[in-house]
Amino acid sequence: MNTFLEFEQPIEELYLQQQELIRKQEENGTDFSSEIKSLESKINEQRKEIYKNLSAWQKVQVSRHPERPHALSYMEALSGGEFTELHGDRYFSDDKAIVGGFGIIDGQSVMMIGHQKGANTKMRQYRNFGMARPEGYRKAMRLMRLAEKFNKPIVTLIDTPGAYPGVGAEERGQSQAIAKNLMDMAMLKVPIICVVIGEGASGGALGIGLGDKTYMLEHAWYSVISPENCSAILWRTWDFKEQAAESLKLTAKDMLKNKLIDGIIKEPIGGAHAFPLKAFEKVKKAVIQDIESFKKVSSEKMIDARIKKYGAMGVYQTM
Amino acid sequence: MCAAWFKRISRGIQTPTAKKKETPEGLWYNCPSCKEVITVEDHITNSWVCTHCDYHHRIGSKEYFQLLFDEGKFKELNAKLVSADPLKFVDKKKYTDRLTEASEKTGLKDAVKTAHGLINGRRIVIACMEFAFVGGSMGAVVGEKISRAIDYALKNKIPLLIISKSGGARMMEAAYSLMQMAKTSAKLALLDKAKIPYISLLTDPTTGGVSASFAMLGDVNIAEPNALIGFAGPRIIKETIGKDLPEGFQRSEFLKEHGFIDSIVHRNALKSEISQLLKFFSE
Repeated sequence: MNTFLEFEQPIEELYLQQQELIRKQEENGTDFSSEIKSLESKINEQRKEIYKNLSAWQKVQVSRHPERPHALSYMEALSGGEFTELHGDRYFSDDKAIVGGFGIIDGQSVMMIGHQKGANTKMRQYRNFGMARPEGYRKAMRLMRLAEKFNKPIVTLIDTPGAYPGVGAEERGQSQAIAKNLMDMAMLKVPIICVVIGEGASGGALGIGLGDKTYMLEHAWYSVISPENCSAILWRTWDFKEQAAESLKLTAKDMLKNKLIDGIIKEPIGGAHAFPLKAFEKVKKAVIQDIESFKKVSSEKMIDARIKKYGAMGVYQTM
Repeated sequence: MCAAWFKRISRGIQTPTAKKKETPEGLWYNCPSCKEVITVEDHITNSWVCTHCDYHHRIGSKEYFQLLFDEGKFKELNAKLVSADPLKFVDKKKYTDRLTEASEKTGLKDAVKTAHGLINGRRIVIACMEFAFVGGSMGAVVGEKISRAIDYALKNKIPLLIISKSGGARMMEAAYSLMQMAKTSAKLALLDKAKIPYISLLTDPTTGGVSASFAMLGDVNIAEPNALIGFAGPRIIKETIGKDLPEGFQRSEFLKEHGFIDSIVHRNALKSEISQLLKFFSE
């Protein structure tokens, strides 16, 4: 653990003290093990305290934590390494911001697709910061069709600040690519389980996010726009991002309350970035459970329920 | 030199507001594109299109229904649906205040009107977006009314036309608004499966969540000339890439050139073009 968010400072201080003791112990051979242990429990308490009551904006920060695990790490972990990435949309190119391939989860072959962000500056650029172009959405649909053909369930992992706003993306039909995915995903004959693992921003997230079950990790966010851009549009400045984050009701808890997602996957205390292995386990458990239960449902019934679920979303009044 | 006498020294409007002479309203149309002045009568006869430069003035359902339905007759569907404020959204203003204002200003209840009637003797369901109402933004009411219009088309086996004119999602309904993209697209999948024709008409502007859902999903996509159509707004793209955008970028002609629009139709030809398409699907 190297990077600490602003509100994690109390944890950082304890962590640095602990590191210092470990260093001294190694240098002088003095035994600090009991102090180190007590600091460890203090760190855990501090984590519990801080993560108990994160604000919406703090959750947005956690969702973007540089050490937060990204899609490929989940794919490798869920399949225990038995995963093969498949590339390209067969029309134009291979988008680096959306990845996918077959993996074996608990003996079951599954198509996994997700937005991919990079772990360092170079890789972040290579992955275009998780902002997909039309070819990314078309690659995703190509892989989903492949899964449908061989009757394999689909798991999508959502983590994007939005679809890429660029000239080429517009030329190649960003809107059409996303729209087509929405219409086609509604009718896919295999189960689709979606998990928002980090950022779920707008159509760029939804483009691989229409499914039978949608989960959010506890500190992920999902909305129509990022808090910064919302602030920029409605307040004409980025300064109201905290307020925008609250107003958008973008946390997993709010999204579940508003019946826009089907469940929350708890993160280890301190967030997925602190204990990625535990996060993988929890996601795996949720996914396996659903895959099992969908085995008993016919595809007609599943599609019907899927379309009805989205049909019921929205609050309005009759005059 | 005499020429200098005619040279304008100060540019722009010089008359103080107090001395401004009002032209009687409702007689003249001042084209925002070519600045030519034509009579309102000529403008209406030309389907609210400038007779000089073909600028397609932004119109609403009232005008489109009058243009498209036979004798301007139609039956409105679900006229009583209005927006709620499930998130109690407040930015600089309360969302509920924005809604009240929009409705008072425009006389509309939300950003879409849906109706059924005849177009050159053929049955049709039309959903027409209203840009005047909060930028034609899509919230739960727009999603629900379009979904119900699709249901109506499905149940009665009537072709559907959606006229898009929207900046995209309605931010004040946040994720509810986002999910309307999924909702309407999923419903269109049912229409698609039932082989009932769906024509999408994209007008100025069609961007964001509307273009990335039902607007792009027509069996045939047609557009009015020079309409702004795209996923991201031009300003955002310009800021992202830090360069000026190419001429004609994200206009109807650009989209047709790149293969996303079947044809560009002048508003005067809209009715005949749509009924011709319906004929192709049915005869």
